[in-house]
Amino acid sequence: MVVQSASASAALDDGVVLDVRGLKTYFYTRQGLLKAVDDVSFAVRKGETLAIVGESGCGKSITALSLIRLVPTPPGRIVGGAVSLAGTDLLRLDEKAMRGVRGNDISMIFQEPMTSLNPVMTIGRQIGEALILHQGLTRAAALARAVEMLQLVRIPEPEQRARDYPHQLSGGMRQRAMIAMALACNPKVLIADEPTTALDVTIQAQILDLIVDLQRQLGTAVILITHDLGVVAETAQRVIVMYAGRKVEEAPASELFARPLHPYTSGLMASIPRLDLIRGHVEAGRLQEIPGMVPALTDLPTGCAFAPRCQFAVDRCHADYPPYEEKRPGRWAACWRSDELYGAAHA
Amino acid sequence: MTDSRIDFTAADHAAELARAGAHVTGWRGATLLLIRRYPLGAIGAVIFTLFVFAAVFADVVAPMDPLSTNSRASLAAPSATYLLGADFMGRDVFSRLVYGARISLAVGLGATALGCLFGILVGLLSGYLGGWIDLVVQRVIDIMQSLPLLVMALVMAASLGPSLRNTIIAIAIPLVPNVARVIRSNTLSLREMPFVEAARAVGMGELRIALRHVLPNTLAPIIVLATAQLGSTILTEASLSFLGLGVPEPHPSWGRMLSESAAEYVRTAPWLVIFPGVAISLIVFGTNLLGDAVRDILDPRQRS
Repeated sequence: MVVQSASASAALDDGVVLDVRGLKTYFYTRQGLLKAVDDVSFAVRKGETLAIVGESGCGKSITALSLIRLVPTPPGRIVGGAVSLAGTDLLRLDEKAMRGVRGNDISMIFQEPMTSLNPVMTIGRQIGEALILHQGLTRAAALARAVEMLQLVRIPEPEQRARDYPHQLSGGMRQRAMIAMALACNPKVLIADEPTTALDVTIQAQILDLIVDLQRQLGTAVILITHDLGVVAETAQRVIVMYAGRKVEEAPASELFARPLHPYTSGLMASIPRLDLIRGHVEAGRLQEIPGMVPALTDLPTGCAFAPRCQFAVDRCHADYPPYEEKRPGRWAACWRSDELYGAAHA
Repeated sequence: MTDSRIDFTAADHAAELARAGAHVTGWRGATLLLIRRYPLGAIGAVIFTLFVFAAVFADVVAPMDPLSTNSRASLAAPSATYLLGADFMGRDVFSRLVYGARISLAVGLGATALGCLFGILVGLLSGYLGGWIDLVVQRVIDIMQSLPLLVMALVMAASLGPSLRNTIIAIAIPLVPNVARVIRSNTLSLREMPFVEAARAVGMGELRIALRHVLPNTLAPIIVLATAQLGSTILTEASLSFLGLGVPEPHPSWGRMLSESAAEYVRTAPWLVIFPGVAISLIVFGTNLLGDAVRDILDPRQRS
């Protein structure tokens, strides 16, 4: 069932840039085996934004790090699966070849723009580094290209800013510089790991707009890792919801928000503060929350990992893990009671 | 109208801004600001510069040949001819001190540079690579650090034999563990920084990351450490020469000038003991003042 799901989501149409199948990243710790990423499959197309959503510790960041093979080893290790980028399985490349892929074909933007830039190196040189490394540019040419990149991410006075050190830039500016750095070599895939979490709200919107704009301009496939469903709604075409290292739901973004097919997803959505609800309905004034916590990955229940927190859980949920299956065209979920709760597929 | 509240109109914005150096432009203004903010450091810099000047232009500054003897001037008291007197061989003490500055600074700067270079290399490798390499290196450093700087230098100098080059090596080697420790601890925290991860995500190799991202970030502590060590290396050279293990005759070394005359002439010709001692004290004092100021300027957290 699971194997099928992988191929099904990948084979929807052509233009698939990155195809991840059955990815398994385990951590071997004193507490025992930790399945941080357990059999996760997905595909991203050119120019598409795929969001991976979930609470802290659900495995979304480790999924991202697995794609560029930067999982801290030990204790972590990618133990199975395939990550195909234009036909090459990245998991089978040697370290040297992998270095040629990082920053060139797949780039990553990190969460902390404050500390993700080297404090003693100018912005221009840091952006130019990838160009010198992958495209063999001279230092002068790399710097000129860095200025162009700064212009592309809409930083005013790019020539001056290229000569600045990170501490001279604001948080939003630094995140723009990070984006410029990630896109310098025109990668096929951009992984954005919580790119707006450390920024304040007005800047968040600007950065998201920028990413969406550049994506259209350059045709980059974006994998957006976030816990913020608001960010997802604004940017993503497709969404994967992860829980305890596994996918629990996958859907086109608009459909997911219209009607989630997994109790965890609907729980996540109910826990977003919404002004209209607070104002409009007195009875809905209290913010919903999902009771309990993400279970320890070393101590997962036998059945559905979400069952202990699920208000709809029945005996079967606690006994067996539900199959990840296509509930309706393009909509996948792993829940025994999905049909009952959210209505069966219209035939 | 008047009450006990603070009179905000009395705040002299111009004076406050001037104190903060708001209108300072150009290197000259910046230097003046630094002098005003760190007067002791400025004094240290002046002393250090004076000695460097004397050492570089010794041929011009020194009135006499430091090696030429004159039996008639043996143990001459300070006078117009012999500014700081003459030793028992009739050699001019002032000229010998000026030329001695060359030795002191050559040994001081040379040993500090050499020690720092190896210390940085060892510390960076040990901290960045970690694992068993780190373990082995740290245990060797533990052993080296269990001996005081002077004792280590003494053993080194005795086994290498007296010469300028050997003196520099003998003083540099005991410095390595100190520098390596500082660089290692800095590297340990730096390698966990997100920008190192970001450099990996860009496709950089480990060696390149260590040299281009980690090393430049340890530069501030390196400079602080180097200036702080400069005084102690000069002192160590003087001590080695005092014990007869430093730079050999006939080159004038402050330490040996002191040792030759200390026992015999301290009563009859005290200038032979006082002036080399003053020279050693001054340069150590000057470099320490300078080092403290450099530390404060480069490391805002140390400011109090």
